Amino acid sequence: MTDATASGLPEARSQGGASLLQQDALMKRRNAAEARFKFYGIAAISISLITLCVMLWTIFSDGVSAFRQASLELTVTIDPERLDPEGDRSLESLSKVTTIGYGNLLSGALNDYMAERNISVEGVTPKQVGDFISRDAPARLRNMVLADPDLLGQTIRFSTFASGRIDGYLKGRVTMASAERDSNITPAQLQLADRLVEAGVLTSAFNWRFLTNPDASDQRPESAGLGIAIIGSLYMMFLVAIMVLPIGVAASIYLEEFAPKNKWTDIIEVNISNLAAVPSIVYGILGLAIFINFAKLPASAPIVGALVLTLMTLPTIIIATRASLRAVPPSIRDAALGVGASKMQTVFHHVLPLAAPGILTGTILGLASALGETAPLLLIGMVAFVANYPASPLDGGFFDPATALPVQVYSWASRSDPAFIERSSGAIIVLLAFLLAMNIIAILLRRRFERRW
Amino acid sequence: MTVALTLTVLLVLAVAGFVLGRRRAVASAQGNIRVLHSLPNYYGWHGAIMAAVPALLALAVWLILQPMVVERQVLGYFPADSVESDAARTLIMADVRRVANGLDVAVARGALTDVQAREVSTTTGSIREVLGTVGVALGAEVTPQVLEAAQRSRELNLSGAWMRTVLTLTLALAGLAYAIKVTDKDFRARNRVERVMLALLMLASTIAILTTVGIVMSMLTESLRFFSMYPWQDFFLSLTWSPSFQGNSQLGLAPLLWGTLYISLVSMLVAVPIGLFTAIYLAEYASPRLRAIIKPMIEIIAGIPTVVFGLFALVTVGPFLRDAFAQPLGLGTSGSSVMTAGIVIGILNIPFISSLADDIINAVPQSMRDGSYGLGATKSETIRQVVLPAALPGVVGAILLAASRAIGETMIVVMGAGAAARLDLNPFEAMTTITVKIVSQLTGDTEFNSPETLVAFALGMTLFVITLGLNIVALIIVRKYREQYE
Repeated sequence: MTDATASGLPEARSQGGASLLQQDALMKRRNAAEARFKFYGIAAISISLITLCVMLWTIFSDGVSAFRQASLELTVTIDPERLDPEGDRSLESLSKVTTIGYGNLLSGALNDYMAERNISVEGVTPKQVGDFISRDAPARLRNMVLADPDLLGQTIRFSTFASGRIDGYLKGRVTMASAERDSNITPAQLQLADRLVEAGVLTSAFNWRFLTNPDASDQRPESAGLGIAIIGSLYMMFLVAIMVLPIGVAASIYLEEFAPKNKWTDIIEVNISNLAAVPSIVYGILGLAIFINFAKLPASAPIVGALVLTLMTLPTIIIATRASLRAVPPSIRDAALGVGASKMQTVFHHVLPLAAPGILTGTILGLASALGETAPLLLIGMVAFVANYPASPLDGGFFDPATALPVQVYSWASRSDPAFIERSSGAIIVLLAFLLAMNIIAILLRRRFERRW
Repeated sequence: MTVALTLTVLLVLAVAGFVLGRRRAVASAQGNIRVLHSLPNYYGWHGAIMAAVPALLALAVWLILQPMVVERQVLGYFPADSVESDAARTLIMADVRRVANGLDVAVARGALTDVQAREVSTTTGSIREVLGTVGVALGAEVTPQVLEAAQRSRELNLSGAWMRTVLTLTLALAGLAYAIKVTDKDFRARNRVERVMLALLMLASTIAILTTVGIVMSMLTESLRFFSMYPWQDFFLSLTWSPSFQGNSQLGLAPLLWGTLYISLVSMLVAVPIGLFTAIYLAEYASPRLRAIIKPMIEIIAGIPTVVFGLFALVTVGPFLRDAFAQPLGLGTSGSSVMTAGIVIGILNIPFISSLADDIINAVPQSMRDGSYGLGATKSETIRQVVLPAALPGVVGAILLAASRAIGETMIVVMGAGAAARLDLNPFEAMTTITVKIVSQLTGDTEFNSPETLVAFALGMTLFVITLGLNIVALIIVRKYREQYE
């Protein structure tokens, strides 16, 4: 501490006996150093906050457009001659027509419409007009017809997504300049898109299917959605919650209220604090080796993801729960024991209810961090492409393959089409909305039940 | 009876145990519950526990053991030399299971009767076609051995399920009968229920230990298998990493370790100054109101999933660094680089360092600051020469913890650092880390019999040892420091 005063104060005073009110050179230097130091602090805080804002802003500005989608409103005549060559309307003969047939029908409908309205742009072939329609549409139309053969011969209005590039043009991601270099789209097609927008066929609207559709292949970014990822994440959060809460609370109660101080409990405590700092990917390796290779649970299943995330969040939950148990004053325990309660009754009738808000808050925050975890899920195969919705939990849906929100963010980000970056950012917005909701619940719980002893 | 049905029956028996136990206790006291040893509900719980717990334990053990017994039986159908290696055994078991499941499906769909499924043999026709009609696709025609083994395994599983049901229900009923027999007004039900509860609590607390054991065992056994296929000297000392699934790979740890450490170094260069100055400002300069606003805002960073930072690195930071620095300076043309990943991990670690350092700085006694002010030091002099030296061990601990997080970070490096394993000094080059390679060697491919996949477990072990070492050192330092002022 003697160092602290050695920076020359006595010396400063001795120089010319200056007044305390008048700063000499040394004092000025020291004050400048003081101001600099304070400035570093402000700068550090600004850097972190600005980076945070830039990050959130780029993600939001990239991702908001994922919730809107360009779609085409077509009037299609379901031509029986082309779709039902044998004319008997039986499922067998109908299913002989592949999606290519339906694709031709749809592109014909769009071309007819343009001919009717005299919309044409030089250099756009009828085939290129057909490219406006999402590759998803023929399959959807085919399923509609197979489900309801009465549609044959009728003229229906059919709404379909426009293809990814056209959608990108309406959102400003694809421009005339970028279309020049793109082999999938020409500037002429973009001009045609403008004309179609004027005609009101090509419109852009809020896209619920982004939240409900399953993932789609590389060629159809427009129809890729988060449905399976959201279901997978919800399944996992449910399973994690029902596993981690009882185990975490039980373990904390034992360690905090009952455990004797000995070697064994010491080992457990050191273990828990170390486990809290183990990199999450190590839990992924554990899950792969034990749950998938050894216990033969199915890969990509929410149950495996939930087990891994449970083991991963358990230490955090135990630490938070122990803190809130410790916050209950000993006088409560003494009073309960004093009127004849057993140790177990004291804990379960008095300490635990008082600690419950704190425990719940900690658990929700733990679940929130589990919801955002990606790395361990990659190793247990949740990054695989899943096209079918998992079944409901009662039908064994926890064992069906699924993905998770953060994993979907990663798998979309690693695809080459820039349209998937938009999807990826959109998925992050959904993920952050879930996290925000969980954190708000935690804060409200804490506000509502916070108690000062 | 299926497992779910058995569990339902057990639940019903447990409820019955509760009701009967409670009623019997109250009856034995002629309705005057004050003469009971324990509160009436404890007698009920005793009944429920006795009915359910032993049966559940038996059920769990049975469910774990049955597949092992079946596998051993089934393997007897194959010549010993064909099931010697792990890989061959896994393949054969998968075949048998697929055929057995196929037969189950066929019976369920009505394509085969139960008797037919049991007696069908390869000489009477193609099993593959029969199963194909019910939607079970088999890759190749079923060999007689596999079919017999599948039939045997179905038989064993069926009889096993019967025995399992009988055993569990017998145990449950016996427990229930026992509980009812011993229930009496002097029976110490509460003590017994509490003992069971304590056992459950202890069991829960050992899961932490089991997790650690599981981590170490799973990585150790697979790592040992890896080292039996690939010399450990090459793994630790070779300077090249070039896996190829045709064999002949070079799996040297050095480039990955270098990438990991380099990226962590860059991230610490970002996180430590910013985090420390943030903590100092918040602890020493900021007014309580400002602190109450800024601190949660900084902590938002800690609550954002790392995959979001990964996307930020990939889409924003990487291209920015490439266009603003790397290309003008002629240092590289890659968006993913050591700098990209390092800076973003640094940002991720700022709130971690700042909140730990904040706690530690706040723990320095006010008297030390007052002494320094009294001698005429300015605020910054006090901080630099009194507070920080006093807080140094704790701050070092916090930095070590942050370093261990940087080393174990996965998503940001997967998305921002690149996949090229090289030993290079240029921070604008793409490099790769241990975690990236764990992900890339294990994703998709799950055949665990080549050194190229097993190396991931050795890498995981290395990572685990490094981070564990850092954590332990950090915890020791922090703990030692705390003892000084408490």
